[in-house]
Amino acid sequence: MAGRVEGKVAFVTGAARGQGRSHAIRLAEEGADIIAIDIAGQVDSVPYAMATPDDLAQTVKEVEALDRRIVATQADVRDYGAVKAALDDGVAQLGRLDIVAANAGIFSFGKADVLEEQTWQDMIDVNLTGVWHAAKAAIPHLKAGGRGGSIVLTSSTAGLMPFENMAHYTSAKHGVVGLMRVLAVELAPDFIRANSVHPTSVNTDMIQNAATYELFAPDLAPEQRTKEVLGERFQTLNALPIKWVEPRDISNAVLFLASDEARYITGVTLPVDAGSLLK
Amino acid sequence: MGKLEGKVAFITGAARGQGRSHAVRLAAEGADIIAVDICGQIDSVPYPMATPDDLAETVKEVEGLDRRIFARQADVRDEAGLKAAFEAGVAELGPVDIVLANAGIAPLSRHEEHSAWQDVIDVNLTGVFNTVETAIPSMIERGQGGAIVLTSSTAGINGIGGPSRGGLGYAAAKHGVVGLMRVYANNLAPHRIRVTTVHPTGVRTPMVVNDAMGEFLAQDPSLSNAMANALPVDMVEAVDISNAIVWLVSDDARYVTGITVPVDAGFTNKK
Repeated sequence: MAGRVEGKVAFVTGAARGQGRSHAIRLAEEGADIIAIDIAGQVDSVPYAMATPDDLAQTVKEVEALDRRIVATQADVRDYGAVKAALDDGVAQLGRLDIVAANAGIFSFGKADVLEEQTWQDMIDVNLTGVWHAAKAAIPHLKAGGRGGSIVLTSSTAGLMPFENMAHYTSAKHGVVGLMRVLAVELAPDFIRANSVHPTSVNTDMIQNAATYELFAPDLAPEQRTKEVLGERFQTLNALPIKWVEPRDISNAVLFLASDEARYITGVTLPVDAGSLLK
Repeated sequence: MGKLEGKVAFITGAARGQGRSHAVRLAAEGADIIAVDICGQIDSVPYPMATPDDLAETVKEVEGLDRRIFARQADVRDEAGLKAAFEAGVAELGPVDIVLANAGIAPLSRHEEHSAWQDVIDVNLTGVFNTVETAIPSMIERGQGGAIVLTSSTAGINGIGGPSRGGLGYAAAKHGVVGLMRVYANNLAPHRIRVTTVHPTGVRTPMVVNDAMGEFLAQDPSLSNAMANALPVDMVEAVDISNAIVWLVSDDARYVTGITVPVDAGFTNKK
């Protein structure tokens, strides 16, 4: 039985772990081959440990275990040349491009009046400019295929509502919506669709770390900030009675948007947010 | 193994068009169907509405997929009749997991009846309210969550419809459905019942493809979504709405609630 994206090739950024790895695996489960990139390294302003080359290798292993092909390259989405080189190489090896999951992202925090210059800049560079870089590199390949395509940009509930302590993250994620809307209009004549997904808190290393725990429970002593206690705090953000969604929940939305089931869906913001935008 | 194995879906306006497509598509994923339709005419509607034969055809197609279907003629404006149909369906097929409030009319005519406003509010808004109110007590009591999708429209987000009573009423009702969805989503979240809206652009069904609609759009082409879709397609197919609904009501979207989902070839984004 053919998978829902059988025979297609997907470009996934931030694929070493977390949501990106989940997207690579989910798309591969449904028959796609994968071009994967990740910085697999640290950005100084980010207060938690970011992915490593071993993480990216693990993603490769899991995709290959599904009998799909994957071309993985260490590349920083802030570096357009590196993104383009990695994608061009992937397309040369795998033969085509159909899907883009511009997922690579970082998180840091601070009040708007005291955010450091570099902290702000890193956030815009990765979470907004990096997303544009992925799309920019991909568009010529999508057009060359003449079969349309599907671009999914990872925004956030913070792309549609305000969150204190993260003006830079919120601005970048709102910016991703603007980018998506323009891509949707510019690329419509070629039947290339563009949409954004807006997760609430996702159960990955981006939230399960001491820095994020401190942000959500500043009133507690560090030793009191357990995953259980933080879970209760995160749950208050959501309408459905859950602490966080799993990466696979976002991947299922990405898969739907990437597939022909969504062949006429474009220019849409798609929250996977347990009702948090509505609460 | 389908995505909706063992589920029961309550679908209004199921005799033809989008409703039939949803019944067939959900059945293909393993669901059993409780299908209702007015199977009759409303005076202010200038095109022929569904008939009992149409509902029988939906039954035939669902049974052709080896699923069970309970079909009954019912008008979504008639609370008692709707409730009776729902309860009889549940008695035969079991408790409901999924509700698709799809029944709708488009009383858009160059020679419109005065009743066009009230009729479209009654069917497209109050009928949706009646449908949800009918289904949710048993869903809440059962305590196993569920998923509800209300059919809105690009006219539920954008300021389109023109100056007629029917056009204004259509936009008001379709916007109103969004308001209902948002409150229901908040109310029902503690019960793990998810509520969303879908917003089609023009869909290739008998509601749109008929002489009366053709005449109506000819007088003012700007009223046609086909002119303003971003993707180069004049209309989407009913199955495109069904595919979005299948995703929304399945466990693939288990944490999706309170959102509007345009299936509109980029119409809303382009405006």
